[in-house]
Amino acid sequence: MEPERHTLKERIAPLIRWESGLAIALVVVLILGNSISSQFFSSYNIFTLCTNIGDLALLALPMTLIIITGGATAGLINGLLITRVGLPSLAVTIGTLTLYRGLANVILGASTVSNFPAPFNTLGVNGFLGIPWLSWSVALFLVFAVITGVMLRMTPFGRSLYAIGLSQEAAFHAGIRVKRTKLLLFVASGLVAAAVGMLYAFELSSAGENIGIGFELQVVTIVLLGGVSIFGGKGTILGVALAAFVYAGLRSALLLTPSFNENDFQVVSGGLLILSVLIPNVASFVERARMLMRRGHIRDRRKVLALADAEVLDRD
Amino acid sequence: MSTTTAPTPSIAPASPRRLVDFVLRARTFGIVGVLALFVLITTAIQPRFLHADNVQFILATTALYALVSVGETFVVITRNVDLSVGSVVGLSAYVSANMFQAHHGIPIPVVFLVGLGVGLACGLVTGVITAVGRVPSLVVTLAMLYIIRGVDTIIVGSGQVVANALPNSFINIFHATFLGIPDVAIAVAMVVAIAAYYLRSFRSGRELYAMGSDPDAARLGGIPIGRRIFGAFVLSGALAGLGGVLWATQYNTIDATAATGLELQVIAAVVVGGVAIFGGSGSVVGAALGALLLQTISSALNVLGIPSLWTMAISGFLLLVAITLDRGIQLRLAAALRRRRVHLGA
Repeated sequence: MEPERHTLKERIAPLIRWESGLAIALVVVLILGNSISSQFFSSYNIFTLCTNIGDLALLALPMTLIIITGGATAGLINGLLITRVGLPSLAVTIGTLTLYRGLANVILGASTVSNFPAPFNTLGVNGFLGIPWLSWSVALFLVFAVITGVMLRMTPFGRSLYAIGLSQEAAFHAGIRVKRTKLLLFVASGLVAAAVGMLYAFELSSAGENIGIGFELQVVTIVLLGGVSIFGGKGTILGVALAAFVYAGLRSALLLTPSFNENDFQVVSGGLLILSVLIPNVASFVERARMLMRRGHIRDRRKVLALADAEVLDRD
Repeated sequence: MSTTTAPTPSIAPASPRRLVDFVLRARTFGIVGVLALFVLITTAIQPRFLHADNVQFILATTALYALVSVGETFVVITRNVDLSVGSVVGLSAYVSANMFQAHHGIPIPVVFLVGLGVGLACGLVTGVITAVGRVPSLVVTLAMLYIIRGVDTIIVGSGQVVANALPNSFINIFHATFLGIPDVAIAVAMVVAIAAYYLRSFRSGRELYAMGSDPDAARLGGIPIGRRIFGAFVLSGALAGLGGVLWATQYNTIDATAATGLELQVIAAVVVGGVAIFGGSGSVVGAALGALLLQTISSALNVLGIPSLWTMAISGFLLLVAITLDRGIQLRLAAALRRRRVHLGA
């Protein structure tokens, strides 16, 4: 086919993706933030925004892999356990550890203070590599996002995750070690959670305000907003990364409006979570229904709707 | 498998069914047994435990959890989960109790209707998104948990309902007894009985179990899955709404954090009561007994002077034991059924 023959519709078709929608949303959110308050792009605000989103985004990476593999239920329960039980306890443990360290310092005298790893103390206050607006957690997230993204897109292991998510049985018969892969992902997610727990403890002073809303809600919201299908087999790291920044930007912009507080954002966050599953569901339903109508075999409207519904249901 | 011999076909279906029946009954007896053991030990140490006042208090506090557990059981049986009940109870408690502040002399039945309405509205939204939008219930109710709590916080603002604002007749609902049994416990027992009868004897009730044990087969079998799931969520919301009014009669002071985390206790009661968390089996009577067991334990620890922190640890431990036992029994049962089928050649 010669390129001229492509209609405009065909040419822009590949551009119509969830990720491009997110990119547009990010631009809109940033413009919105800037118009709400001139403080939005201040170095301090961006740093706070980065600190708040970095931990969540890091947790979102393994959660993305787990949900792509089709372990939504197990993943969510696992996430719930880690965030509800694991994270706070880790933060508390490390918190008390530093307390004891402080006590030891008092008892042993000033000589040991120099042995305390100073960079960790200032982790939540200073920017990454001296860049004032870039927090450690976001810098780490960006590095790991690239690694995970490349792994997911270009390695056999990454592709096998999609295969498992689309059909566990087919993947098994194709020689993919389904159980081992899933176990690996859960171990990885536990490791990341532990690492984030430490990061969180170091940051506690500046990230404290984020405790209000449950971690699990925010992580799941970011992953699903990123276009990862809750039914498995679909989603990209780019989408999740974009979603993380859209989420953080929206939160920051809304919180800069005088009449808006953390509790109000709780409602927005929940709404975003539902919409990010509902919209693709409705879209695929409409698409199926239109295709069935166009084929023209079935004229009865109710029958078309029922069939489309059944096909939507068949995904999980 | 083999079609060669088919001896006495009438026995083939009967025996496994008897076995299943036995196991199900054993599960309920198990809870009653643990309950009796707990009461015996606690009474031996501290006879005050079986004092009428304390027993009445346990029954009355159980009422709220048992009521919400009934709705949760309906949802869990269909292989779904409702994480939003705690927030619904909190919202309904504030909105209904606030009616006394907003409209002086409002009749109490109207307040109950308001609570029911709040719960119904929440259940309707959850039900529509789950049943029509085909969004997994874990996602929907997790979001609703925070959305409803957020709405609650916005409505309440910095205010709260205090006991002074509530009429005595309303507060007395929690303390009133009939023949020594709390009124609220009798009312909830009636709800449990009706729900148990419905699940046992109605076609649509049986369909809930069918959906839970095999959703695909249920769909191919022509069960209106969407409608049933919708119904289960509406019921769960409605009962949580009524539960909110009970919450208000019990605690009298209601702010935006009312009933936070109640969903975990309710799910614990349901699972301890023998309702399989992956759907398809369990009963509302079991769930109500589970609620009674958890309340009894919490009261016993209180009477024995053990810090309330232990209550959470113990109910968590019981939850683990219940789930492990449940899984173990199911595996054994499946193996036994398979063996029997092979023996009988059916």
